[in-house]
Amino acid sequence: MKIGILLKEGPYNHQASDTAFKFAEAAIKKGHTVDAVFLYNDGVTNVTKLMDPPQDDRNIAARWSELSNKHGVEILACIAASKRRGINDDVLVEGSAITGLGTLTDIAIRNDRLVTFGD
Amino acid sequence: MENENVKKIMHVLRHAPHGTIYTYEGLEMILIMAAYEQDLSVVFIGDGVYALKKGQDTSGIGIKGFSKTFMALDGYDVEKLYVDRVSLEERGLTEDDLIVDVEVLDAEETALLMKEQDVIIHH
Amino acid sequence: MLHTINKSPFENNTFETCIRFLLPGNPVLFIEDGVYAVQSGNKFSSTIERVLKTNPVFALRPDLDARGIGALAEGVETVDYEGFVGLVEEHQVNSWF
Repeated sequence: MKIGILLKEGPYNHQASDTAFKFAEAAIKKGHTVDAVFLYNDGVTNVTKLMDPPQDDRNIAARWSELSNKHGVEILACIAASKRRGINDDVLVEGSAITGLGTLTDIAIRNDRLVTFGD
Repeated sequence: MENENVKKIMHVLRHAPHGTIYTYEGLEMILIMAAYEQDLSVVFIGDGVYALKKGQDTSGIGIKGFSKTFMALDGYDVEKLYVDRVSLEERGLTEDDLIVDVEVLDAEETALLMKEQDVIIHH
Repeated sequence: MLHTINKSPFENNTFETCIRFLLPGNPVLFIEDGVYAVQSGNKFSSTIERVLKTNPVFALRPDLDARGIGALAEGVETVDYEGFVGLVEEHQVNSWF
């Protein structure tokens, strides 16, 4: 099955990002294709490489980056939401990209499921 | 035959406007998906119904108002606007208080619409 | 249709709103702070019991464990993240938050 994920909250403040990641991992483990994680609202701040949490905590941006590199999951931040929040190509973590809401529409069209995580 | 490039997508607006950005960015998403000619419906549940309230004037709070954008949805062929009856009544509102024509639905009718959808996105 | 709920029912009316829109047979999955709803003997137990008459109810085990919730309302099943994925395989998703 092909699954798209829509993530609507930023890292740390809400559990949404963690649940979305755990869900993606489990879906891949079960043999599904996680096509893309689309970041919307404050969700776009999931992929700034300026993120620098304490060593004993998870690095959420790095985790998305790894998911992209290992499993080819597209990690996509909405351009309009990114511009509002100071996210641009200069700060993007490796494996992520900025794109438009048209891409989210494509993700909705080409996947069997679109699962939303938010708060 | 069903066009596989057109999905039935329901947007559920559940937040009041202005206090958070969810409704405004939800509306932006709806407009883009409309431009991509998806089969859209928009449902207002809970505080989401306040987004449609007449007489909003945001000039004093420094935030751009957008209630009139709901009136433009028709021009994008987004014509399926539904309001949850209980949510409206709980807030002491009637259809006359809303800036656009909507269909007021009982929860069960909305549930049956939800059942038909390919995708549901809450804002 | 799978309904997920991630809000504590004590703080937020998401749970009570969501259940108005359930069709019989629709599974409900509590995740994140939503799992507080299914702890046994709380004020929502009778509501959970009522929902269970027509709908299967699940809670995400890692979220229960993280919050120290052991005793669940009778009839509530637990799933791990793979079980969550399993429910998504079977149903379109309606995520309430």
